[in-house]
Amino acid sequence: MTSVTEEKDREVATTAEPTARRVFTFNDYMMFGAILLFGILGPILFPNYTFQIAVLWLMVLFAQTWDVMGGQMGYNSLGNIFFFGAGMYICAVTQIGLFTDVGAYTSPSDPGTFNFTPDQYYIGVAVGLVFAAIGSALLAAVLGWIVFGLRGPYFAIGTLGIALAAGELIGAWEWVGAGSGFPIPVYPGSGDGKSLFYYALCFGAAIATFLFLKWLYSTRFGLAINAIRDDEEKAEAMGIHTMRHKTAAWMISAFFLGISGGLFGNMTGFIEPLEVAFPVATFGIFMVAMALLGGKGTIWGPVLGAILFHILKEATWIYFLGWQWVALGVIIIINIVFFQQGIVGWLQERYPHWFGIEVEARSPGAKEAAE
Amino acid sequence: MSNLIEVRNVSKAFGGVVANDSISIDVPEGQITGLIGPNGSGKTTLFNSIVGYHPIDSGSIRFKGEEISNYKVQQIARLGMLRTFQQTRIYANMNCIDNMLISVPHRNATFFDMFKPYPHELYDKAESLLEFVGLYTKRKLPSGDLSFGQQKLLEFAMALMNEPEVLLLDEPTAGINPTLINGLIDRLKRANTEFGITLFVIEHNMRVIMNMADTIYCLAHGELLASGKPADIQNDQRVIDAYLGAH
Amino acid sequence: MLDNLNLLVIAPFLNVQLLLDGLFIGAIFALAAYGLALVWGVMNVKNLCQGEFVIMGGYFAWYIGDMGIHPMFAMPVAIVGMFAFGWATYKIMIARVVEKDMFTSLLATFGLAIVIQQGLNLAFGPEVQVADSGFPTRSFDLLGGSITVAEIKFYSFLICCFLATAVVAFMKLSRMGQAIRATAQDVRAAKVMGIDTEQVFAFTYALNAAICAAAGVLISMIWVIQPFYGITHSIRSFVIVTAAGFGNLAGVIMAALGLGVAEQYGGFVFGAEMQQVTVVGMLLLVLIWRQVQMSRYRQAVQ
Repeated sequence: MTSVTEEKDREVATTAEPTARRVFTFNDYMMFGAILLFGILGPILFPNYTFQIAVLWLMVLFAQTWDVMGGQMGYNSLGNIFFFGAGMYICAVTQIGLFTDVGAYTSPSDPGTFNFTPDQYYIGVAVGLVFAAIGSALLAAVLGWIVFGLRGPYFAIGTLGIALAAGELIGAWEWVGAGSGFPIPVYPGSGDGKSLFYYALCFGAAIATFLFLKWLYSTRFGLAINAIRDDEEKAEAMGIHTMRHKTAAWMISAFFLGISGGLFGNMTGFIEPLEVAFPVATFGIFMVAMALLGGKGTIWGPVLGAILFHILKEATWIYFLGWQWVALGVIIIINIVFFQQGIVGWLQERYPHWFGIEVEARSPGAKEAAE
Repeated sequence: MSNLIEVRNVSKAFGGVVANDSISIDVPEGQITGLIGPNGSGKTTLFNSIVGYHPIDSGSIRFKGEEISNYKVQQIARLGMLRTFQQTRIYANMNCIDNMLISVPHRNATFFDMFKPYPHELYDKAESLLEFVGLYTKRKLPSGDLSFGQQKLLEFAMALMNEPEVLLLDEPTAGINPTLINGLIDRLKRANTEFGITLFVIEHNMRVIMNMADTIYCLAHGELLASGKPADIQNDQRVIDAYLGAH
Repeated sequence: MLDNLNLLVIAPFLNVQLLLDGLFIGAIFALAAYGLALVWGVMNVKNLCQGEFVIMGGYFAWYIGDMGIHPMFAMPVAIVGMFAFGWATYKIMIARVVEKDMFTSLLATFGLAIVIQQGLNLAFGPEVQVADSGFPTRSFDLLGGSITVAEIKFYSFLICCFLATAVVAFMKLSRMGQAIRATAQDVRAAKVMGIDTEQVFAFTYALNAAICAAAGVLISMIWVIQPFYGITHSIRSFVIVTAAGFGNLAGVIMAALGLGVAEQYGGFVFGAEMQQVTVVGMLLLVLIWRQVQMSRYRQAVQ
């Protein structure tokens, strides 16, 4: 045995604790409280940065949904951004299509001429987001058939291919504005009102994602996808329904990404395929980098990683303007090459007992451990 | 006494190499059946064929009378036939308890069972089985930190957690400290008698298999060489020749 | 779309034109794909900045052409320059991801791809560029139509053949080539036999960059380059290697020529803006085909 393990072999007498998985621990409550506080105070303290903080919450959502696949299930997708774009387009088309002709509205010669009443707008957003979420999840189910026979690098490249293809195909589809895109219905109110409205939705979506995943990882599902990550062949040999779990995990990921896409489309006000909806080389790679930075395969890692990454990103915009993309690329490389385990992963290596990794006192009547 | 597994005339070739040539084997319910043979005689290939790891070229494999040679690994596992691996396979980044919990039977799992929590009874069961193999104190360690022998025990415990009807063990004592082997044999036998699990064991250690098995099959060069009671096998000239390389 | 298909039947000479263009361009794809197969096979690194290396090579040619020198002279400069760049990249970055899991190398090289793209964008601007070779375009009549072939395409095809032969000869005959092939078979065994695998890895990665650069010089003369066009070239290399498997030079060449032709046809039938989709579509098709193939053995593609 390695010396690391021997160190852990120290007998630690712990008090008896309930054995069932608890969804929330004390630390979780503290962290969650801090996030809630920041989320609510953020737009009040920094009213000029409401948009940026709203994007931050979307980033948190990105990292978490990527981590369902990459961190928890070991299926490293480079194309999850596909569901973001798909959600964006589904939401926009629904918003428009409920009240007017989509083809006419999006035609490049005469775009965005229809005036939506406030009622139509809010109904459109609500229905659009629901459709975006469900539509993206269904797309994930369909695509699962194509890519889940692929492992490792082939899965990553295959999903990357899907995202790239989607951008190009949408770019050739006249009905949704083709490559030149189209404007989203205008918010019926002041600019500040719009920022706050979407801020609340983004924050809510990120929190909902977090709570849902937190619960999800406490059920059998969490362990099953962890098992698939560690050894899929073994999981199959033990009879786990691997395909079912993989598809469900991707659908869950796509569901929340679809919502985020719908929200982001409405926030920017104008959508087009390559830069806004399917930005493979920006958001698409950010979601991976954020999850890795925080520590993949953990519940808090992606959240912390997204926040830190977003701050780093804004800093590069301030200090390396002109070179910001190069600087960001370098940060991503350094992160991947030198600090792969991420913040939470590093803490886990350093302080295993914080995470409940320790040798327990013997139970009465237990036999000597076979050593 | 009925046969749980019936292998009939199974052949499997890789490229031009015939790994199994028309092999027929019976695994009777409730017994311990051994499978021996020199290296490269096709034992593991036969195991892989039975559990559906790869398709067979010809022949038939039945489990409880049901033809399973066209089934996939998961389907066969859900029927109640489980295997352990020669190179131990556990979920290395999960702790021992989690390794155990995820190994519950998935036989009748419906879609929404995926999202159920684990009841307390399962924890108790996992812990008692870990105690059974002597890993209770390590239950919160990542299983990848365990020694090879302990991982083997964990894999065995995981298999028991799954409540299989038949367990196929690929060299359970390989790489285990000789002083521990007796304890392991004892546990295997208890799994057979106490939990009522039929065992089908590949083993290189003659002392172990002769001590454990009720019936033994011997493969050599992909063909079935001999079968019978341990005492008969031990004195069979063909088996001795095969092991000494006179074949 | 149907009109275009119909056109191919009415005017058979168009097929010849597409085939020729496909073969000329496919020969260049084969170079980059061979580089990827080399790196993948020897050090198990999935190099996602393959296309960026190609584009970098192209900018050598464009830059030298811009100075008034014939872009063909950029070839040795690009090869040497990119060899050095590849070596440095290996030492700084790749050496640290070789031992890690496959996704790390994929992601790290993707990060490098972004840096290179943005760096080229800053240095040369986002315009689409062509290095002008100054060779005339010839046309000849065949099957009732006029087929045009730019002379440079023909020359580039010859250069591709020469480079491929040179690389193969190097792999077969030189000491380093043998060491690379031994390492590809089994890294640990090579190490035990006294091969400095670290050196082999660095050389392989640098050689790959050099091969890509040569391909890029040709691409810049017979096609176009742009800072963000690299990713498509990377995908092309992956399609080819996935279809052919690594360590199979004949397969790589066949797959590359096939992809070149398929792309020309895709661009013609579905419209020029769909040419990129054709590449990605081919990737998905190849991956699906591989899955179907493997599922017969109840295996996953890994």
